[in-house]
Amino acid sequence: MKAIVSVVGLDKPGIVATVSTTLAKHNINIIDITQSYAHDFFTMILIVDFEKSDITLKEISDELREEGEKIGVFITIQHEDIFRAMHRI
Amino acid sequence: MIEEQGLDVRTITMGTNLLDCADSSLDKMKEKIDSKIYSLAKKLSEVATSIEDDYGIPIINRRITVTPISLLLGALDSVQEMPLDDIQKFNDPLFQKYNIREPKISQDALNSSKEIAECLDNVAKKVNVDFLGGFSALVHKGFTRADLCLIQSLPEILSSTERVCSSINLASTRSGMNMNAVKIMGNIIHQIAMNTRDNNSIGCAKLVVFANAVEDNPFMAGGFHGVGESECCINVGISGPGVIRNIVKHQKKVDFESLAESIKKTAFKITRMGQLVAQQAAKRLNIPFGIVDISLAPTTRPFDSVAGILEEMGIEITGGPGTTAALALLTDAVKKGGLMASSYVGGLSGAFIPVSEDKFMTEAARKNILTIEKLEAMTSVCSVGLDMVCIPGSTSPATISGIIADEAAIGMINNKTTGVRIIPVIGKKTGEEVEFGGLLGKSIIMPVKQSSCETFINRQGRIPAPVHSQRN
Repeated sequence: MKAIVSVVGLDKPGIVATVSTTLAKHNINIIDITQSYAHDFFTMILIVDFEKSDITLKEISDELREEGEKIGVFITIQHEDIFRAMHRI
Repeated sequence: MIEEQGLDVRTITMGTNLLDCADSSLDKMKEKIDSKIYSLAKKLSEVATSIEDDYGIPIINRRITVTPISLLLGALDSVQEMPLDDIQKFNDPLFQKYNIREPKISQDALNSSKEIAECLDNVAKKVNVDFLGGFSALVHKGFTRADLCLIQSLPEILSSTERVCSSINLASTRSGMNMNAVKIMGNIIHQIAMNTRDNNSIGCAKLVVFANAVEDNPFMAGGFHGVGESECCINVGISGPGVIRNIVKHQKKVDFESLAESIKKTAFKITRMGQLVAQQAAKRLNIPFGIVDISLAPTTRPFDSVAGILEEMGIEITGGPGTTAALALLTDAVKKGGLMASSYVGGLSGAFIPVSEDKFMTEAARKNILTIEKLEAMTSVCSVGLDMVCIPGSTSPATISGIIADEAAIGMINNKTTGVRIIPVIGKKTGEEVEFGGLLGKSIIMPVKQSSCETFINRQGRIPAPVHSQRN
């Protein structure tokens, strides 16, 4: 099972570290990352694999949001199926 | 979308056929109902939670709908003991000039009906669903003994059970309006209000009277599993007024065409998500997928409001001039988007306007801009009807019947579903506030025009079916 993580916020050191550490803690593998930077704003999208994870999407969603709040960025995670269902005719 | 605008699935509803549970013995019937519902629904709640966990989408309610129970009650010995002659006379319009009284239902039959309701309530608790709908009767063309028995037992049942919901279909485009039923239901609603007067007459919130009721409605209190439905299926009611509202909010300076277009696109996405959840639930429960109901259903959360969408469109206060047109645009655009997204759109599918459950609507009622008459007009362009409308407790049963008849007439003539879920709050007057709590929210007692319709309601018989019922 794959999911899409998106991170939005003002740039500062440690954003990538926070996200990847949280994911790694639960054995969630990062398959792909893109990031962009416009003025002071930082955005990042990660495709992650849940196959070997010990945690549900809902739990990781809560944990990522909490970690994000600590460093002032907004992190969301969405199941791949939802993405496909919503954005394909 | 999910966190900020409250995108969620409003309900996963399992429709279950109970026709095969009919038995002349009350005990056997209860046993069959209990074991059938339990065996099919025991995993329903757990599966819904697992989908929540896997996809991160909140699923607010888990519900069950069953075959209209009056169809089963007729098999019971206690109901069959009632003389057929009485009910024949009551139904036959030619007898009406003799002013036939409503047939008397034996205490035995009423008790049986109550025991069935308790059995349903218990099994609903056992499988951990929020509501069980289908304590219903379809009487648009006339009564059976069992229909009358079920209706007469409602005041007691809706005050003593917790999760059982009831609906009565009393008019259809095809067959006209059963005015005897309209009259009876005015009385019944008044009695339910009296029986639950200590709790703001909340029993009435569990009863809907319909014109053209649909067979696959996953929403409460009007859901039941129609006779044309399969053995068992999973229906899903989506939600998402908050998401649509957010889209409309960002379309402040666009023309109507672009506004409709953006609502359509959003409805498409919401419906796709609903269908995904429905298919997952069907797969995990090994029960066929039925339909997705694309109704916009408000909740008491501030952003989750249908009236809020109308106000974002440019109506200052819902109920003011322009409201009906705005609602027509919204409902139609939602349907178009939803229909593109799923081939199995069913249920009521439109926009709900339950006054107490929608914060902005309650506010508009408080300002006296939103009135019962305006709501009536709004229901002619959206599903579903006068929903969660609180009126003064002193309103006479005949006036309640009059309100029901007006609303049912809109449904009957316009070939659409309309319903009435009205709450005469005993002990409260126009303008007073009522707090129901939870999803039912709080509301204001709306004014009812003071003019008697008693003579009209007391005529007996049926309003003939409209001319466009003849479509063959």
